Amino acid sequence: MILDYNVIWENLPLYFGGALVTLKVLLISLFFGLMLAIPLALMRVSRSPLINFAAWLYTYVIRGTPMLVQLFLIYFGLAQFETVRQSVLWPYLSSATFCACLAFAINTGAYSAELLAGSLKSIPHGEIEAAKAMGMSRATLYRRILLPSALRRVLPQYSNEVLMMMQTTSLASIVTLVDITGAARTVSARYYLPFEAFITAAVFYLILTFILTRLFKLAERRWLAYQAPRKH
Amino acid sequence: MNKTVLLGALALCAFSFVARADDAPLRIGIEAAYPPFSMKTPEGEISGFDYDIGNALCEEMKIKCTWVVQEFDGMIPSLKVRKVDAVLSSMSITEDRLKSVDFSKKYYHTPGKFAMKAGNVINDPLVDLKGKRVGVQRSSTYDRFATQKLETAGVVVVRYSTQSEAFLDLVSGRLDATLADIIYTDESFIKTPLGQGYALVGPDINDPAFFGRGAGIAVRKGDKANADRLSAAIDAIRTNGKYEQVMTKYFTYDIYGQR
Amino acid sequence: MLHGYGSSILEGAWLTVNLALTSMALAIVLGLIGATLRLSPVKWLARSGEAYTTVIRGIPDLVLILLIFYGGQDLVNRIALALGSTDYIDINPFVAGVCTMGFIFGAYLSETFRGAFMAIPKGQIEAGLAYGMSNGQVFWRILVPQMVRFALPGFTNNWLVLTKSTALISVIGLQDMMFKAKSAADATHEPFTFFLAVAGLYLMLTSVSLLVLRFLGKHYSASIKAVEL
Repeated sequence: MILDYNVIWENLPLYFGGALVTLKVLLISLFFGLMLAIPLALMRVSRSPLINFAAWLYTYVIRGTPMLVQLFLIYFGLAQFETVRQSVLWPYLSSATFCACLAFAINTGAYSAELLAGSLKSIPHGEIEAAKAMGMSRATLYRRILLPSALRRVLPQYSNEVLMMMQTTSLASIVTLVDITGAARTVSARYYLPFEAFITAAVFYLILTFILTRLFKLAERRWLAYQAPRKH
Repeated sequence: MNKTVLLGALALCAFSFVARADDAPLRIGIEAAYPPFSMKTPEGEISGFDYDIGNALCEEMKIKCTWVVQEFDGMIPSLKVRKVDAVLSSMSITEDRLKSVDFSKKYYHTPGKFAMKAGNVINDPLVDLKGKRVGVQRSSTYDRFATQKLETAGVVVVRYSTQSEAFLDLVSGRLDATLADIIYTDESFIKTPLGQGYALVGPDINDPAFFGRGAGIAVRKGDKANADRLSAAIDAIRTNGKYEQVMTKYFTYDIYGQR
Repeated sequence: MLHGYGSSILEGAWLTVNLALTSMALAIVLGLIGATLRLSPVKWLARSGEAYTTVIRGIPDLVLILLIFYGGQDLVNRIALALGSTDYIDINPFVAGVCTMGFIFGAYLSETFRGAFMAIPKGQIEAGLAYGMSNGQVFWRILVPQMVRFALPGFTNNWLVLTKSTALISVIGLQDMMFKAKSAADATHEPFTFFLAVAGLYLMLTSVSLLVLRFLGKHYSASIKAVEL
């Protein structure tokens, strides 16, 4: 037999542990990324040039540099400085999981902010006019009309962003985390069987992608029901 | 036959042996990220003990050598797929590796050692390091030792692509200790500004099951020709002083080892 | 400030740009093939096109790179040994990098091109066929030039992602600017300095790309009136 799958079978627990790490990092990064994206998106549609520019600069720099560089800057780069190591943040920054999640959250925050800003800008004008005609204040307008509407309509593109983020989490293996890719690298180095090790990792990611895609289809069916073609 | 003709024939044979020297270049894999054994100068040139020894050996064997820079954990796979014909990168000769590749005889032999914050004392690593975080380079003999001996005793083993990353994390406090070659740790970490306040701690780690018989030059399994001529060349440079010349360029002590 | 590693990093930058352009060229070819496959009326061709894009886009770039580079070489060698061969064609890392990136982004581009082809009004194809053009002529003279306009936004996005993904190729030892920065950081123990410098270089690369592609966009939309809101 050209391929040696016994080794993989014995090491499946390592891969499953890795899958849990991948999911944990993904969920934490997405959550904080979205928390960051909403205010950023609001800044991006602001009419004040200063606020708009500040947000634009942030998303431009983050989207214009590779994720790997951002990750290395946070994990290795910050640790270089004595002041950082003595600071109050160090217990957090010394953890690889924290650094990875921080870097990923900053990254997805920038991309999601742009998606959300685009969605906010493309709201059918009638909705805004109706809200204003009803006497809603700016804050209420945002809270009850704009944001819910924008969040709904961004769902298809955001699902894409979530899938991309899941793939990005594989970079966590480069800073010592044992996610799916980390498990594959460990197995590959231990038994000199790179092909089997990485094919298995690929299969795990494909299964996760499939599950996530299904979940998003369900979400779209629920929240974008009004966009579905008529049934009768 | 008279003596002159016999001597002439012998001389001719000697000449022809020299003329028939194999001129297919030998491709050697090297990590170039493991000072002082192998590293890159700021100009991007390879340098280091491994590099100089390799060049000396090639000069001795009278063949052309080309160097291929690789990640350490990709060395043996590259050897197997013929990307390189030999690996000269501080790779220890171990039983495990002998299952996949053959080795020349050793060209140096140094034990492993833990590096920790100065003041720490380790009597028995399996007991004193329990629950602590130890960094190793993925795929190295120290990784094997850590995985099979330390991890099973309750030590947390963290794996890195390069040893430098492990040192960086030791200094930033993400690790309690690193385990690597004693010379490498000393020269490229303890003695540098980054290693201020850190020391070599604990017993020499040289369990022969894991660390074998020193660092050798790896060749493909069954490639006796290359293994033999490399071993012969190592003997040659040991006797004609080239080895000592290269060694004293980097070290003030003998690294060949007695075993 | 850069401890003399500056020129080494710039050399790496040159390799990065080289790698990105060459990979994109390969990706465009594979993307066109992939899009054509997916749009083909022949079921099994369409299915294989779909399999290509779905599988590649469902696996992280890093895993694909490690799989194709280490795993691929390993597999080819094992097959060769099983067939009794002792010879092997050596692939240099740059070629391996280009093939990997081209293969991955070919999948992404085929989605972009597919959407772009589908956006061309069907009447164009009908008119071309009515004039007696062969399928090939319709494809190259009618479809492709018009597809460019629709594909540009997606293509811009793919190009930017490609240039940033080249940073991952440093993992297999290709000496692009990311690799050089990492070597310098390892040697000097100053990761922040070098990664910041390289981030700046990538930012320059993406900025220039955006300007060039925006210019191209204007050129290809020359006949189209911009929608006034």
